[in-house]
Amino acid sequence: MGLKRYLITRGLTMFGVLMITLLLTISLVGSNMDTILKQGIIYQVRAEITENTTIAQGFNNPEEFEKFVQQKIDERVKTLGLDTPWYSPQRLGYTMYKILILDFGNATFLTSDSGSSNVGEIIFEKMPKTILLFTTATIIISIIGILLGAASSNKIGSKTDRITSTFAVISSSFPVWWIGMLMIFVFAFVYQIFPARATPSIEPDEPGYILALLYHMTLPVITIVLIGFGAWAYLVRNFMVGIMQEDFISAKKTIGISKKKIVYSHALRNAAPPIVTILALSLSGSLGGAIITEAVFDWPGMGRLYFEAISVMDLPVIIGSTYILTVLFLVSIFIADLLYGYFDPRVRTSS
Amino acid sequence: MSSVSTQEIKKEFLKSKLGLTGVFILSGLILVSIITISVIPASTFQEWNNPEKWISYPKTSVPSWVNFLSSDKIPEHKIINAEVFQSQENGIFLTSQQFGVYFDYDDFPSDFIFEMKTKYTDSHIVQIKVIRPDGITLELLSTSLPHSDNETIHNQRYFSTDSMIKKNLNTYKDDFGFDFKIGTTEIIFSELYQNQIQKGNYIFIVDIYGIGKDVEVLESKMILGGKAYGLMGTDELRRDLAIGLLWGTPLALFIGISVSIGSVVVGLIYGVYSGYKGKKTDEVMMRFNDVIYALPALPFLIILAVTISNSIFLMIGFLMIFSWVGIAKVSRSMSLQIKTRQYIEAAKIMGQKDSKIIFRHILPQLLPYAFASIAISVPAAITTEAGLSFLGLGDPSFPTWGQILHDANTYGAAAQGFWWWIVPPGILIAITGLAFVFIGNALDAIVNPKLKR
Repeated sequence: MGLKRYLITRGLTMFGVLMITLLLTISLVGSNMDTILKQGIIYQVRAEITENTTIAQGFNNPEEFEKFVQQKIDERVKTLGLDTPWYSPQRLGYTMYKILILDFGNATFLTSDSGSSNVGEIIFEKMPKTILLFTTATIIISIIGILLGAASSNKIGSKTDRITSTFAVISSSFPVWWIGMLMIFVFAFVYQIFPARATPSIEPDEPGYILALLYHMTLPVITIVLIGFGAWAYLVRNFMVGIMQEDFISAKKTIGISKKKIVYSHALRNAAPPIVTILALSLSGSLGGAIITEAVFDWPGMGRLYFEAISVMDLPVIIGSTYILTVLFLVSIFIADLLYGYFDPRVRTSS
Repeated sequence: MSSVSTQEIKKEFLKSKLGLTGVFILSGLILVSIITISVIPASTFQEWNNPEKWISYPKTSVPSWVNFLSSDKIPEHKIINAEVFQSQENGIFLTSQQFGVYFDYDDFPSDFIFEMKTKYTDSHIVQIKVIRPDGITLELLSTSLPHSDNETIHNQRYFSTDSMIKKNLNTYKDDFGFDFKIGTTEIIFSELYQNQIQKGNYIFIVDIYGIGKDVEVLESKMILGGKAYGLMGTDELRRDLAIGLLWGTPLALFIGISVSIGSVVVGLIYGVYSGYKGKKTDEVMMRFNDVIYALPALPFLIILAVTISNSIFLMIGFLMIFSWVGIAKVSRSMSLQIKTRQYIEAAKIMGQKDSKIIFRHILPQLLPYAFASIAISVPAAITTEAGLSFLGLGDPSFPTWGQILHDANTYGAAAQGFWWWIVPPGILIAITGLAFVFIGNALDAIVNPKLKR
């Protein structure tokens, strides 16, 4: 099985997952969505008719008028295809097709910062901020982690090594959002260094917005890094320890290359494939966690959007952001797979 | 994989300091859980979200042990029971309830409430007064119990914020050397010459006079509102945090352990069966595994909790859906190796059933690995549940640590400096997680299945 075939099977699996996710999401929220849509139509029809006073004047008694309104509503329901239930094949297919081409419709309650209620616009306004926050944090984590991991694998059993390992275990037991609450408590209220809410207070088009955004981003980034780098360092250390036992390293040692040079150039280069793979995976993992982290820091990204959508049951937004989150998640898994298959030929040959 | 005997595992485990620390912490937590379940009445957690139950507790009070650490003593919230004396003179019955309190704090109490449940007929007069350490008696309130022709049981509360009390205190205005534009407790507990706390013994007396008829006091207490209470303080809704935190312990252990056992058992059987069967079955089962693996867990858990139910038992099930996948992968690769062994082949040739081979010959060999994975996967289950509760999706009928933190976040505990509301739940979550991580790592190091991946 060549690399091509490997990638094709993986790609197909991913697409299947995407479809299943969509189907699951729609079936979980579908019946609620129908009720909400129908209510929307009733509201819309009534608003249109009351605005146009000439229609109302044409009727003699209220019953006749009511009948007319009901008829209009039924017409509208029928044209939108809402008279068949959400699980009927046509409607399910139509909904899924719409979502596939990124047409999520309009949000029921939420709006973007610019006031648009188009779900796609809302999501694409929030997504860059999530990517900004978590990519920055992940890059910092991986730099600290790789350096610290290499340093501790250089001297196994040393103070650095023991502190790193202990820190890795302890830090990974704390929930990020709880550390976030503590950080806000300490650095926003006891010592007022950073703002408590991570949403910048000035408008995006004003000058100095980027600086304000970075300033507001500091506390969340510090928190995510604090919780994340220990585990990374520990992981890198373990990879390095494994590689340091390989024959070619021992050979280099016997030639007389200094240990420092072996660790930082030869061994680290060989540890690169799994490290890069895990980098891609951890990015995707942090996306899911974004929901809680962003809720704590009030960071205006996808995670908070998702949380807000859930709390007011804004179904189009829920479906849209679940879809986008899944896509992001799958893309990073796919990239991880790709890198893993590229670096490690054993993956693509074994069946 | 070399099978390790139970004896060996035990011996090795006892050598591991980390593992023993984990066991030590875990037994502590289990002990706390047992004590909580057997000593604290279950009604306390059933009524966790019932504000009625917590009305006599103070609002956002610091834990009372803070007084040991600082020189300024914060007034403690006290619930004082009455000493009841009854006497009769010329046909007038006097029921006197006395509440004694030794007050030596550096701040005024925030308020006080008299709560009593009485059984009487006809009407009775109530007089409340206080005898202060300097010997002065202040008449606080004269009122009467509502008239009733039949025997009746009546609940009555008198609050220090009552305007009548303020009015009555105004008659003593000339004795005091300061302005009276302050709360009643700040007058009652003050020195005469200036508005400073007078420390010493205070006796509050509630006298009930009845003509010809006696009154029966069924329940009576005085609540002296302070700003320090109990071991862990209270929250914005006046709930005793110690009770919430204590109940959180068995709940967290229950959630963590049941999710991890459930998912390890499912994952193990699924993986072993898939690996043992091989071919098409394996292919299909592993593709399904990939699908679950690629689902974003947290968004789905949130949707499930919102649309289906947030009952704690269903939550455990939902968490299981997402946590058996990794274990299935590892145990599949293990069973792939084991099934090539000759005794398995032999058993097959002898015509033993697949299920028997799996349960008799393959699964027992994976048990050490299973125990290690159970321990390792507990913390994730606990933190995920806490995270969901933190988002406000927890089961409202059980107070979990995550829910306490959710409430803390909603009421802006960080902004108002209520550290006792934020710090303990998080530390408990982390400690519980650590205990299992320690045990799991120690076991993992012994069993060390190099077959991983």
